[in-house]
Amino acid sequence: MAVELVTGNHAAGYALSAAGEANRNARGAVCGIYPITPQTEIVEYVASFPFTKGEVVPVESEHSAMGVSIGGSLAGARSFTASSSNGLAYMVENIMVAGFYRLPIVMVAVNRTLGPPWNIWADQGDTLMLRDFPWIQLYCQDNQEVLDTTLLAFRLAEDRRILLPVVVCMDAFIVSHTQMETELPPQDRVDRYLPPLDLPHRLRSEHPVTLGGLVWPNEAMFHRAEIDEAMDRVPEVFAECQSAFSKVFGRTVDSAIETYETGDAESVLIASGTIAITAREVVRRRREAGEKVGLVKIKLFRPFPEAQLRAACRSAARLGVLDRNYAAGAGGIFWQDTRATFQGSATTALIQGYLTGVGGGDVTPALIDAVLDDLMARSEASRPQWMGLEPPKEDIA
Amino acid sequence: MSTATTSDTPQAAEQPAAPGAEECLLRPGNTNCGGCGMSVGLTLFGRVLAEEELACQMAIPACCGIVTAGGFPTTSYNVPVVATTFGSAPAYATGMARVRSLNEEGHQVVCWAGDGGTYDIGIATLSAAAERNEELIYVCYDNEIYGNTGGQRSSATPAGARTTTTPSGKAESKKNIMEIMAAHAIPYAATLSIAHPEDFARKVRTALGTRGTKFLLLHSPCPTGWKSEPGESVDLVRVAVASGLFPLYEVWEGATYRLNLEPDGTDPAEYYRRQRRFGADDLDLEEARVACERRIDRIRTLARQFPAAD
Repeated sequence: MAVELVTGNHAAGYALSAAGEANRNARGAVCGIYPITPQTEIVEYVASFPFTKGEVVPVESEHSAMGVSIGGSLAGARSFTASSSNGLAYMVENIMVAGFYRLPIVMVAVNRTLGPPWNIWADQGDTLMLRDFPWIQLYCQDNQEVLDTTLLAFRLAEDRRILLPVVVCMDAFIVSHTQMETELPPQDRVDRYLPPLDLPHRLRSEHPVTLGGLVWPNEAMFHRAEIDEAMDRVPEVFAECQSAFSKVFGRTVDSAIETYETGDAESVLIASGTIAITAREVVRRRREAGEKVGLVKIKLFRPFPEAQLRAACRSAARLGVLDRNYAAGAGGIFWQDTRATFQGSATTALIQGYLTGVGGGDVTPALIDAVLDDLMARSEASRPQWMGLEPPKEDIA
Repeated sequence: MSTATTSDTPQAAEQPAAPGAEECLLRPGNTNCGGCGMSVGLTLFGRVLAEEELACQMAIPACCGIVTAGGFPTTSYNVPVVATTFGSAPAYATGMARVRSLNEEGHQVVCWAGDGGTYDIGIATLSAAAERNEELIYVCYDNEIYGNTGGQRSSATPAGARTTTTPSGKAESKKNIMEIMAAHAIPYAATLSIAHPEDFARKVRTALGTRGTKFLLLHSPCPTGWKSEPGESVDLVRVAVASGLFPLYEVWEGATYRLNLEPDGTDPAEYYRRQRRFGADDLDLEEARVACERRIDRIRTLARQFPAAD
């Protein structure tokens, strides 16, 4: 398989395009596109891809980019798009619709700080703002994981037991603009992995249904309960998509959660995205020094992998959750869900939240060491701690 | 408009058969208000589609047009309909139309939207679809009000009209959406009136036979919002055409014009007088007459200087 030096954006563009092309013998592909830093290279890649049967539509806003992808999906095409930050905020209304219409749309999101003040660096607050919508959320740590997870996302989304959209997330610049050696699968492998899409509820002229019209409260509740059931099936179907991925591509794609040295760990860090890579290195070093520390990397954020997380942290006395995001008045969002996961379980672990790299700052090994030092010295949890926080420089005048 | 006939009506057998339910765009039995222009518009539009034996799929944003469908699991529409977000009908329709073309299917993709969804919240989306010249028909049924939410002003509300958000009459003039669409140089834009069904049908057929984005503006009486008599709806919009308040005209490529019907000198006051949304205190009738004359003059001039080819 070809290995090339490409950016995370290139990897995402490659995967989206190959997935769209794989539907050429069915109803084709549709992608509404709109630029925003730092995802623009993704839609540029898609726009220059020579689709056999695909339409890339440059529109006037993110709201319409998702709108076009929704229309394309309703008509039975494999549909996708990409966005970031305030673009996702502007797109929100149609993001919600894609989920409620049970459309298997895949979106790659480059996590960037929401403005104002303007900032283009990594922060997960943009996609986490979508967490209560019917979208599956997957967070990636590097370029290969972005490529592989994007392909997997289509198979997961289009599974008849699921039929929900998926957002694949990566950290701005650290992944989106950094080149890494990445295996780029040939089209025939992608074709094998992604069979033609046959959306059961696509529009058919001979079948005059009205989609999205008025329903009564009971039907609305039933609709939500069906989504809940589909969300419940995600971990199982995700695992099936993983093993199929290994068979077709000959390499593994990360699980919903990945554990490192958690077996007998007393203090466990919980992280996602690129922070997990750095945390793993810190844990490796401190294990060598004899400290009982471990790491859980969370890839699947929605639905939140509660059972797997509980199992992974069974022996831990202290859990430290690193969040590159901040929910105003609450704290880190992964921390909130971790606390909810352990509420009512047999575990008595102390769960401490750390706000790290919010607004895109580097989360260095030294910073993670400081997190571990703080966590291991704790006998009780406090409100989330801002780590690496420095007061802004004084005005030069 | 189909009139109900009973089996004991002597002439029933001789009358031309109304289209059967299976060929109607809008099925019988919907719960729209009496005198609703949009309902008549849907019927006339559907008849042309049936005559031309064309299938269609519709994208309808938030508006009375989607409420028309009724409650799940029934629907008043006899074609596939997608409820879109308020500002998004042309975006959803773009995706639908592109996939239709990719798969070489023959159905029409139609946006059916009110003035709120067209003049206000949807204008960016509509403008962008028109600029890309998407293969679709966009019908704006313009009742000059947010009717579905109980009658608030939109930028299509004419000056002087009382709405729930302009209780002493709207101060600003109605936005000229036809000229905005013409400025996009789309292949075809035309105004429709339910008082002129032959003209209406001819324009729909022209739209069906034209490639690219087609924009049709339907003057759609709303007795509930206009505070007019339901039985007078057709008459009211006939007066609007005759007085020049709502000229029937067509624009090709934003370049050539045709005025379909020369106003006959009817006083616009006749139109205002029959709607209680226009209070005598709020409406400057003389100003309205001048604005009306100026607008029709402009279209006359354009049609003379840049006449459409026959």
